[in-house]
Amino acid sequence: MLKEGQIRIPSGCAISAIISRDGNRMTGEDIVKSMIPMHDRSNGLGGGFAGYGIYPEYKDFYALHIFFDSRTTRKDCEAFLKEYFEIVEAEIIPTRKMPEITDEPLIWRYFVAPFQSMLADMQLDEREYVARIVMKINTELSGTYCFSSGKNMGTFKAVGFPEDVGTFYKLEEYEGYSWMAHGRYPTNTPGWWGGAHPFTLLDFSIVHNGEISSYDANRRFIEMFGYKCTLQTDTEVITYIMDYLVRRQGLTLTEAANVIAAPFWSTIGREPDEETKKRLAYLRTVFPSLLVTGPFSIVLGFTGGIMALNDRLKLRSMVVGEKDDVVYVASEEAAIRAVEPDAENIWAPAGGEPVIVTVKEGAL
Amino acid sequence: MLSFSAESLEHSDINEKLRSTKEDCSVDGCCGQRFIAAGMSGKDITVSGIPGNALGAYLNGANITVLGNAQDAVGDTMNDGRIVVHGNIGDAAGYAMRGGRIYVRGNAGYRAGIHMKAYQDKYPVMIIGGKAGSFLGEYQAGGVIVVLNLDTPEDKIVGFFPCTGMHGGKMFLRSECENVIFPEQVTARPANEEDFQEIRNYLTEYCETFGLNLNDILSGPFTVVIPDSKNPYKRMYVPN
Repeated sequence: MLKEGQIRIPSGCAISAIISRDGNRMTGEDIVKSMIPMHDRSNGLGGGFAGYGIYPEYKDFYALHIFFDSRTTRKDCEAFLKEYFEIVEAEIIPTRKMPEITDEPLIWRYFVAPFQSMLADMQLDEREYVARIVMKINTELSGTYCFSSGKNMGTFKAVGFPEDVGTFYKLEEYEGYSWMAHGRYPTNTPGWWGGAHPFTLLDFSIVHNGEISSYDANRRFIEMFGYKCTLQTDTEVITYIMDYLVRRQGLTLTEAANVIAAPFWSTIGREPDEETKKRLAYLRTVFPSLLVTGPFSIVLGFTGGIMALNDRLKLRSMVVGEKDDVVYVASEEAAIRAVEPDAENIWAPAGGEPVIVTVKEGAL
Repeated sequence: MLSFSAESLEHSDINEKLRSTKEDCSVDGCCGQRFIAAGMSGKDITVSGIPGNALGAYLNGANITVLGNAQDAVGDTMNDGRIVVHGNIGDAAGYAMRGGRIYVRGNAGYRAGIHMKAYQDKYPVMIIGGKAGSFLGEYQAGGVIVVLNLDTPEDKIVGFFPCTGMHGGKMFLRSECENVIFPEQVTARPANEEDFQEIRNYLTEYCETFGLNLNDILSGPFTVVIPDSKNPYKRMYVPN
């Protein structure tokens, strides 16, 4: 069977996100519930979730979630991890046996801390170090796939419908201040667990509805900076682009949004505010290869917040709503209403208009 | 009158119930079920909750009233009938509709009226009470689109790139449109009395539906947009 990375997969999909601006921790039940009305947007070949704030007892350690083909690959990987990290906890991620989810790999999580001596030796900051090792695992260790590597957050994904994936991973037992979800509708896929969304590197996670046409241009550029696109999916490349722009280049989220969903030159030309015009022109000129074209609606999760963004032509639907301190984003209003029937200020952001929601200062 | 709750019903169950009777129907508690009333004729259907995408697709004469918001592709390819939405509608409303009316009290998303067309006695009409998103009337080939911007007149009435590829039909925007950029192949000019005659009956029906005052609406400045040529692609690729 051809796996992800050996075959190109266009996809349809549903996305959803829920975040408490007060930093209140919510179980994973609501995010799972929000996916149910959008069932028909997925076809059972991929569902996944990311929760932020779910590992407070290990918040200072990187949580690596890893799929293994076999016990042998797990042992090899553990030996590999021990060269780079102090492993403070290693455990099987709890799951339910259920007929809707089959052929599961071995699913483990490791809470780890980089060896300070190695960091000093390699002259790298901690996050870059972890990112490089995740890349090494995913390109060099066959039968092993690290799909989550942030602190105090975790991604849970599988082949199946999203609501079943949520039940499978017992998400009702986790509590986070922010959640995001994805239901996948790949049309040509062999279906593999690693290919489900979210795609996560460090604490950046992306769920994505769409099919970008600039994949190869984006990939060629981003691979110059050490990122390895192993899966041929557009979502993976968007995750790396956001990591590159925000973590490595130090752009703000709005600036990063203006790079990947840049306005047309004609629109920039008519921008009345000179400063804005200069900034938009500068970003398009410096990062032309990171313009992401084709349809997408994405939610980017990060520590303390989310950003929702549509492609500049808005070829995918996305609505935002709120109730008290909680903000909801979803492909369809029905998903929001399923969780919060009294949601207010329902609106559809314009194409290329980032919606950034952060937990208020001091709440975490 | 058949009334039922859509809770825990699939879209096919809902449509089966709607088709099972000649009476008017009322469906409440919708939450994202698609294709409600698709292809139906000969009855009034009231919907509450959030109907899913493609509400009233291929509608063939039925009257649908949505008490709240509707999602994407309302009235996709509809042929006849009327869809009234008291809230907002999502993207691509009236996609390729060739007849009937869509009346929206609130705002429309992107690409409202994309590829609307008229055919013989078929003449589709879409009236949007609020604002419209970008690409309004993209590839419009016939019929009429009216945007009123009743609620936030200080906001721009339409987003970017309205009338892109428009080559038929007519658009009315209740604004002087000084800040709206139209493509080269259309002409935008102030509406005259003759123009109003074309939409007067529809606007009257719209005002009755939502309890609005027709004279108030007609008092605003209106811009009319029509395509310049019957052949907008002339000389696009080769001289012809």
